[in-house]
Amino acid sequence: MEASVAMKAKAKDEDCWRSFKPGDWSSSINVRDFIVRNVTPYGGDEKFLAGASKRTKAVWDKLQPYFKAERKKGVLAVDAKSPSTMLAHKAGYIDRDNEVIVGLQTDEPFKRAIFPFGGLRMVEAGLKAAGFEADSQVHEAFTKYRKSHNDGVFDAYTPEIMKCRRSGIITGLPDAYGRGRIIGDYRRVALYGADRLLEVKREERAQIDDMWPTDEVIRVREELAEQIRALNDLVAMAKLYNCDITRPASNAREAFQWTYLAYLGAIKEANGAAMSIGRISSFLDIYIERDLRDGALDEAGAQELWDQLVQKLRIVRFLRTPEYDALFSGDPYWATECVGGMDLDGRALVTRSSYRMLHTLYNLGPAPEPNITVLWSRHMPETFKRFCVKVSRDTSSLQYENDDLMRPFWGDDYAIACCVSAMRLGKQMQFFGARVNLAKALLYAINGGRDEVSGEQVAPRTPAVTGDFLDYEEIMARFDVTMEWLARTYVHAMNCIHYMHDKYFYERLEMALHDRDILRTMAFGIAGLSVVADSLSAIKYGKIRVVRDNTGLIVDYQNEGNTATPQFGNNDDRVDKIASEIVTRFMAKIRKHPTYRNAVHTQSVLTITSNVVYGKATGNTPDGRRKGEPFGPGANPMHGRDSHGWLASCLSVAKLPYKDSQDGISYTVSVAPQKAHLSEGQFLEEATKAFDVYFGHGGFHMNLNVIDKETLEDAMKNPDKYPQLTIRVSGYAVNFVRLTPEQQRDVISRTFHGQI
Amino acid sequence: MSDLQALESGSRHDLRVERSPDAPDEALFKDDSEGAFGYCHSYETSSRYDGPGLRIVLFTSGCLLRCAYCHNPDTWHLKDGTYVSAQQVLDRLAGFAPAIRDLGGGLTISGGEPMVQLAFTKRIFAGAKKMGLHTAIETSGFMGDRADDSYLSVVDLILLDIKSSNPDIYHKVTSRDVAPTLRFAERLASIGKPTWIRFTLVPGWTDDPANVEGIAKFVAPMKNVEWVEVQPFHQLGAFKWKAMNLEYKCADTTSPTPELKNRVIEQFRAAGCRAR
Repeated sequence: MEASVAMKAKAKDEDCWRSFKPGDWSSSINVRDFIVRNVTPYGGDEKFLAGASKRTKAVWDKLQPYFKAERKKGVLAVDAKSPSTMLAHKAGYIDRDNEVIVGLQTDEPFKRAIFPFGGLRMVEAGLKAAGFEADSQVHEAFTKYRKSHNDGVFDAYTPEIMKCRRSGIITGLPDAYGRGRIIGDYRRVALYGADRLLEVKREERAQIDDMWPTDEVIRVREELAEQIRALNDLVAMAKLYNCDITRPASNAREAFQWTYLAYLGAIKEANGAAMSIGRISSFLDIYIERDLRDGALDEAGAQELWDQLVQKLRIVRFLRTPEYDALFSGDPYWATECVGGMDLDGRALVTRSSYRMLHTLYNLGPAPEPNITVLWSRHMPETFKRFCVKVSRDTSSLQYENDDLMRPFWGDDYAIACCVSAMRLGKQMQFFGARVNLAKALLYAINGGRDEVSGEQVAPRTPAVTGDFLDYEEIMARFDVTMEWLARTYVHAMNCIHYMHDKYFYERLEMALHDRDILRTMAFGIAGLSVVADSLSAIKYGKIRVVRDNTGLIVDYQNEGNTATPQFGNNDDRVDKIASEIVTRFMAKIRKHPTYRNAVHTQSVLTITSNVVYGKATGNTPDGRRKGEPFGPGANPMHGRDSHGWLASCLSVAKLPYKDSQDGISYTVSVAPQKAHLSEGQFLEEATKAFDVYFGHGGFHMNLNVIDKETLEDAMKNPDKYPQLTIRVSGYAVNFVRLTPEQQRDVISRTFHGQI
Repeated sequence: MSDLQALESGSRHDLRVERSPDAPDEALFKDDSEGAFGYCHSYETSSRYDGPGLRIVLFTSGCLLRCAYCHNPDTWHLKDGTYVSAQQVLDRLAGFAPAIRDLGGGLTISGGEPMVQLAFTKRIFAGAKKMGLHTAIETSGFMGDRADDSYLSVVDLILLDIKSSNPDIYHKVTSRDVAPTLRFAERLASIGKPTWIRFTLVPGWTDDPANVEGIAKFVAPMKNVEWVEVQPFHQLGAFKWKAMNLEYKCADTTSPTPELKNRVIEQFRAAGCRAR
């Protein structure tokens, strides 16, 4: 199926596109081509930036009481009656006179919506936890007349999958709410207007009318029909806000507004865990540059557009359950926005608006959302690199991902879904699949498939270890068998989930902002990698005696060797090779099993804040970790074990193979504020060099915190003093004071390196 | 001889006394002619305090001084360390060499007193030079006479700790004689060896203006001295004294105030030193 469709330019579009350099983008949907032809790279410093405007401050002031009340009360309001769609709510405003960019999820700020198409259970549990009544009509509709995604999945699950969910060896599956991790190319609405997008969708549909109606063809036809309906609804929704998005945006303000409305439509239709906005800054910069040239806008006005868009992104809220919060704390929704990176011709995609986006963290203060992600390339201008590092030092709100590593895989117009998942915009989506607990899998291998906490037989029965000491070769052989079973069960569960999600909770608007024929990936994940690597290292290099309870279950381990065993995070190949080997081996096992819609298998080493929950559910491990103790987040070494400084820790993590974890490898580093004999300029230069070295060695991701433990401890005691204290956890940032006490303690117990 | 161990250990702030037979130090290092093996306490990979750029710091064990404020008393005895081969150390270093070169850093050997194991540390320095790394030694200079010119040829930078130029104060603080250290400093000056003087500022012990003045006047004319670094005393090593059941005379000593630190830095500057 060929997606590229010629379009006839209309007279009014010509006017909206005035002074843009034409190209392939003018006759087919190709935002990347538009950017590359029209972008104005910027190599200067940050001195041009402007402060927050009066209007921005007025809107921000209006929002402060909500933030404050939310910190005390949690969920402030919910519309429990109206299942969320683009047209479920009338227009809502914060401060109509001062809002330059408009549009809210419901008719009032901080009023959350419900998404029963994902699952009624989650809606009702969320309402109950927040102290609101469930609506009887909604209940009736979604029990009597309409099936949800959640219902569908549980119709298809097997008893074995249910057992795995219960024991916590597979957790966080998107089987009760929106899967997220799909990024609509929201820029298309600004560049082309809805009419043209509709025309292309109709053309895409017409092209397959002659195709024999196999399951897949029928499904695509229905999906295209849904996409067309969604675009029409988006036009109607925009009309509520007096915006005519049928045509392209004609100036910068409209380009911001159209792009945001498209995104708003997406978050009214879907409550995915991660709802990234994509890679909009350098795209929107093209409109700003044109307005600046035309004298229609000044720098203060340009910054105002960014500040006000970011204000909107900071108040997006979804109704979640306490169990969900335990996994992903602090109301994150990953409005991930990518800045920087290079294009395929070797030009930096750094624009003034890359700076403006980062500058919102000063104008509005630090915050977790949007999840600003710097696509780091060693070829970017040094001035921009230094500015990024400065922003990190001042706000701890940025994450970094290796553009030089990803660009060969995904080109120069990819964005990050959620934390670390790269996808080409409008041309690729993923079936999100959370993660399995590999540390638990290792314990199952030792205990013949029994759960080390409950004693229940979860994996197929195999002979348990009978001797008193663990033998490396034997354990590896057993572990291999367990991983084989786990991979199979995991792919099985994922196929069920995404079949049902497409069927009952299809993201019609987000997919309308994709080409018809796209690459689908199915993103698997692993948690507890450093625990597994250290445990296997302990078995190999130490002398591990097992301790059994009275039912014969192995519940503890004692190292009777006389030296410490190598631990991941110290650039020690003896254990680092084990970690890489596990990543590669599990990926190979995942790849053996066919996926729903022939999606390409990928894998991440990412936990978000679930490292705490996973640890809680996992017994003692051979590395000496105690039962219930949190895992290291993502690909991080276990807390305190990467004792040789950040360089050693970084180099260990950088060895993990991206080719076998193309959905990302998350690594969080905390360093104390600089105390060595370095001036500000020297510090920024040295830190920039450190980034180049880490990424140059193949490091994928860097979540950087510049903060000391004392500040965090004080914030635990006096949360009111630190309303905006932001800290990066695995793959996202969070208001520290909104973490659970358990998660706060976990963050504090992590390794803090002395300095960059 | 103890068995060869893997080079593994934590940071300088970890206590390591588990392999600490109370052996006399001097008897052993006399045999150390080849330097193929030696004793190491620990190493760190990300220091910005011990020379230019980002430093790999190897802490060897064995020291003849007994400084009252020492923050690593668990490195005093040679055999407090882990017995390793120089090759193991170099193999480990090789894993960091490309990154360290890119970062404009290098290898610093500290201790303990690296010169207790002259042949061993020389071998490591020579190996590091072959990897294209900058090398530095942090030393009290007490054994400086033993470091011949060929030893100094594999060391790019000397971090020389001078606690005092006054023999009485020096003896009170370290229980040793200051003369060898001063002699070593003069020799470094005469051959033009790049040197950073490090002065640990311990309130009540080394902060007397006259003491500072003495060092400042001694160092100021030396053209090879690139920096005088004033290092504030801290209590991070206190727990080690307690764990080792040693009498810790600095238990009640506080870290210097910023004002005191500034006063001392200014005193060095006034004498013509480049101080920080």
